[in-house]
Amino acid sequence: MRYTPHTASDKEYLLKAIGLNRIEELFSHIPQTLKDQASISLPPGLTEVEVRKKMAALAVRNGTPEDWSLFLGGGIYHHAIPSTVDAVISRAEFATAYTPYQPEVSQGTLQAAYEYQTLICQLTGMEVSNAGLYDGASGTAEAVLMARRIQKRRNRVFVSRALHPQYRLVIATHLKNLEKTEIVEIPFTDAGQMDIEFLSKEMDERAICVVVGYPNFFGAIEDLAPLREACARHGVLLISVTTEALSLALLKPPGFWGVDIAVGEGQSLGLPMSLGGPGYGFFACQKKLVRTMPGRLVGETEDTEGRRGFVLTLATREQHIRREKATSNICTTQTLCTLASTVFMATLGKGGMRRLAEANVARAHETRGRLVKDARLVPTFGAPFFNEFVLNVKGLTKVLSRFESKRIVPGIPLKPWYPELGEGLLICVTEMNEREEIDRLVETFSGNG
Amino acid sequence: MNFPDNLKYSKEHEWVMMVEDAVALIGITEFAQSELGDVVYVELPEVGEKITKDDPFGSVESVKAVSDLFAPVSGTVIEVNDSLPDSPELVNEDSYGDGWMIKVQMSDKEELKDLLTPDEYAEYVERQQEEDDEEDEKDGE
Amino acid sequence: MSKHSLGTVNRLRAPPLIFESGSPERSGFFWPEEKKTDWIPSQFVRDEIAGFPELGELEVLRHFTCLSHLNYSIEGQFYPLGSCTMKYNPKINEVVARLPGLSLLHPLAPTVLIQGALELLYDLERMLVEISGMDHVTLQPAAGAQGELTGLMMIRAYLTAQGNPRKKILVPDTAHGTNPASCSLCGYDVVQIPSNERGIIDVAKVRTVMDEEVAALMITNPNTFGIFEQDIQAIAEVVHHKGGLIYMDGANLNAIMGIAKPGHMGVDALHMNLHKTFSTPHGGGGPGAGPVGVKDILRDFLPIPRISKGSKRYELREDFPLSIGRVRSFLGNFGVLVRAYTYIISLGADGLEETSRMAVLNANYLRKRLEEYYHLPYSEPCMHECVFTDRVQQKLGVHTMDIAKRLLDYGFHPPTIYFPLVVSGAIMIEPTETEDPETLDSFIDAMISIAREAKENATLVNTAPHSTPVQRLDEAGAARRLVLRWGGSKPEGSGQKAER
Repeated sequence: MRYTPHTASDKEYLLKAIGLNRIEELFSHIPQTLKDQASISLPPGLTEVEVRKKMAALAVRNGTPEDWSLFLGGGIYHHAIPSTVDAVISRAEFATAYTPYQPEVSQGTLQAAYEYQTLICQLTGMEVSNAGLYDGASGTAEAVLMARRIQKRRNRVFVSRALHPQYRLVIATHLKNLEKTEIVEIPFTDAGQMDIEFLSKEMDERAICVVVGYPNFFGAIEDLAPLREACARHGVLLISVTTEALSLALLKPPGFWGVDIAVGEGQSLGLPMSLGGPGYGFFACQKKLVRTMPGRLVGETEDTEGRRGFVLTLATREQHIRREKATSNICTTQTLCTLASTVFMATLGKGGMRRLAEANVARAHETRGRLVKDARLVPTFGAPFFNEFVLNVKGLTKVLSRFESKRIVPGIPLKPWYPELGEGLLICVTEMNEREEIDRLVETFSGNG
Repeated sequence: MNFPDNLKYSKEHEWVMMVEDAVALIGITEFAQSELGDVVYVELPEVGEKITKDDPFGSVESVKAVSDLFAPVSGTVIEVNDSLPDSPELVNEDSYGDGWMIKVQMSDKEELKDLLTPDEYAEYVERQQEEDDEEDEKDGE
Repeated sequence: MSKHSLGTVNRLRAPPLIFESGSPERSGFFWPEEKKTDWIPSQFVRDEIAGFPELGELEVLRHFTCLSHLNYSIEGQFYPLGSCTMKYNPKINEVVARLPGLSLLHPLAPTVLIQGALELLYDLERMLVEISGMDHVTLQPAAGAQGELTGLMMIRAYLTAQGNPRKKILVPDTAHGTNPASCSLCGYDVVQIPSNERGIIDVAKVRTVMDEEVAALMITNPNTFGIFEQDIQAIAEVVHHKGGLIYMDGANLNAIMGIAKPGHMGVDALHMNLHKTFSTPHGGGGPGAGPVGVKDILRDFLPIPRISKGSKRYELREDFPLSIGRVRSFLGNFGVLVRAYTYIISLGADGLEETSRMAVLNANYLRKRLEEYYHLPYSEPCMHECVFTDRVQQKLGVHTMDIAKRLLDYGFHPPTIYFPLVVSGAIMIEPTETEDPETLDSFIDAMISIAREAKENATLVNTAPHSTPVQRLDEAGAARRLVLRWGGSKPEGSGQKAER
């Protein structure tokens, strides 16, 4: 049998030591009625050769950037991944290790996690970061729950309508089961940013927090300064959500604007798109809030001989100690993914991160310019953006049908989530979209392709 | 194990020292700190807060556990040991002295009657330890 | 007799932090600079990322390679962590997961472009249904804890639809900490049920606490002692009779595949840990996946989107008005699901059934050989894991923590310690089915040796580990000083002092 090394004589040896004759005797105490119905009705096992064939057959029925031109963002981004990343995360010492509860033999995992925490602090401009959560969406929900714990007597959560629709749904799903907390949706302006006037009017001493995308789902860069001011007036916590983490290599970080909790999705920093997972949620805040933070924390310390080392710390917030009073129920998170990002950020470094971000900005802005000028598409919003933008496409459905034969997916139609933007198309251009692809995109939109 | 004579004790392992007529100094006992292990953080109320006998007024955290602190008496907090945030280890090193936690203006001096004398507390601790040993014995009869 | 040493880790030195190495302007990534860089208004553009590393490519690799040498891992050492199922993580799963056609997929692409992926997910759902004996599966949750929350949310939604979400959930005292934590996140109070003298839950006890305000009972089977909860069907009946549901923590599924199906035990919802039972790598703490299986009564509440098989192709559907919504973005940890799928088709029905049989055989062998030296709190038959305590060694001044640390010197990762909380000084050992008898014997020899050391040289054990890259670390100091990042530069624009 695969992976179980036991030969017949191995089994005999083990059974004899236990004092049994047959393996079935190990299960004699299990109710017979259960045993009678338990056999698994699945095909028999395959050889490795057969497995490879079967999986290759599944793989070939999917479209990838290798044979399709994708201009898709919406929370998951196709970026270059240096070969160093896979070289490191393929190492069994990292991949097959357990959670570092025995720190003396987990310094690899722990030091890398400490480096990750530091990188996130530097990237977001915040004071402290945890070791990662499941994804940007659940991380956002955790931030709201944390804000709710801090603002004990308040009961209104303000969420930007321009925040990723799935993230908004995840927040709602998490809040639904807890004592009445109202979610107030803040509309967006014609510029594609949060309507701060509306927010200021609605906000009062019952407000727990404001959740804003930075950049938001439309790719627009929100002006956080007036938002910070509005929040400060009523003691409201400001939570920023960044689904395209690479943007923070170029944009003023959330910490600069005085954000209280900065969360987001880390996938674009060194992880393949992978149909949306696994990625990870990064989570950073000001140090004074650290005891209410969810997730693992790695801290620096010394061993008995004065050597520097790292350990999981403040575990008293977590489920295995606090149980029902824990700050979250989270246990296994996404450690190998945060390691991938750590290697990515270490490989690119200060200069590489900037250059990559600028390549995205340049390509996206040039493309938008050409689509507006040559293909006569109309910009939906006027706000500044990083690498994603929305354009109005007249007769969108018909226009989109031109693209399939060209093996191009030009963007994400917004209608399913924003009926008011019925002909809006969310287009993302990264450094992975080549000049020739962009030419074909513009041509096809122009009707000349 | 030390049970200073001039203190009164609660079943939740706090000690009370009367510093003035109705002013009580409160901390946790040596036994409590030894059960907890190395204290890493103490969460205390703010000056001015009102606390109620038998209700939690804060918490004390070690590496492996968090324990609530239960008010042995009711009253208003008039002082808080502000050395503790930076030096929580004082609770371990000098639980009856520098490891004090809060000073309270008592609202009802009668409540002192409900507290234990040093001897009563020492007995209580001994009984607790015996019970723990018995429980361990019971695991796996 | 051990035929070979599994090796101890040399006294290696940790490399400096990436922030303490390198040199300005270095980068491991070649990408040309853009000519025009003023597309975005300058008030939104940051200065350089202060303190970010600047390393060459070789420097980066050397750094992380050296770090990797400081880790124990399944491929380096035997890892008998109870409740974690540290089985071999097959390499073929890694090969397959890296196929571009399974990794370079965008979740918002038109479904016609991801048919292979959707078929994989659809089939994986069916496979997990078959293995668990449930009716439907969602693959969305990212881990066991998220699965628990999802399952409890569905139970709550079901009861709400019936008129009353109820207030309490019954949780055994042997439960994993995530169980009560998930209850709180779902707005329920936790009522603890004590295990009896056999280490399992009494149906009589359940009967006394079950009422119409109890939404559900959470149970792990086999439980965290590795003992089969004999009364589970009777317990389910008591709970169902008063309108409650049964949630099973499926972390220990590795013990019962082909032996007993949760769906026949009266379980209404359960989560499975793909990073335990189904061999996906632990990664030092994730990513995992915690799919949830439910009985038909809960199908309307499953999270969206759901994968449906149309006449021509697979679709993603969200038209389920009673759904609890979403617990996370997109479809789940797809990369992890691919690995689990590959594992299941590799093993097939015969392989999965043999897996559980060998897991239980190995654990019972360890239990038999060690019971002479370590205290066993319960005499019930164990399944895939067994729990000892340090009762014998304690009298000599040696505790579970010391035994665990001393095992590191012998080149083993210790078992799970101090869990379950119900016994003092618990040592939970789960060998898994992928270990051969020689490895088991090496481990047994080490444990016997430590038991002897406890008698003859307790100090050696008390001050362990001695041969790991670092000695015992000051955890209290870490929590007191709380240094959670490398300092060295002012956080941008905030005017705060650096950490150090």
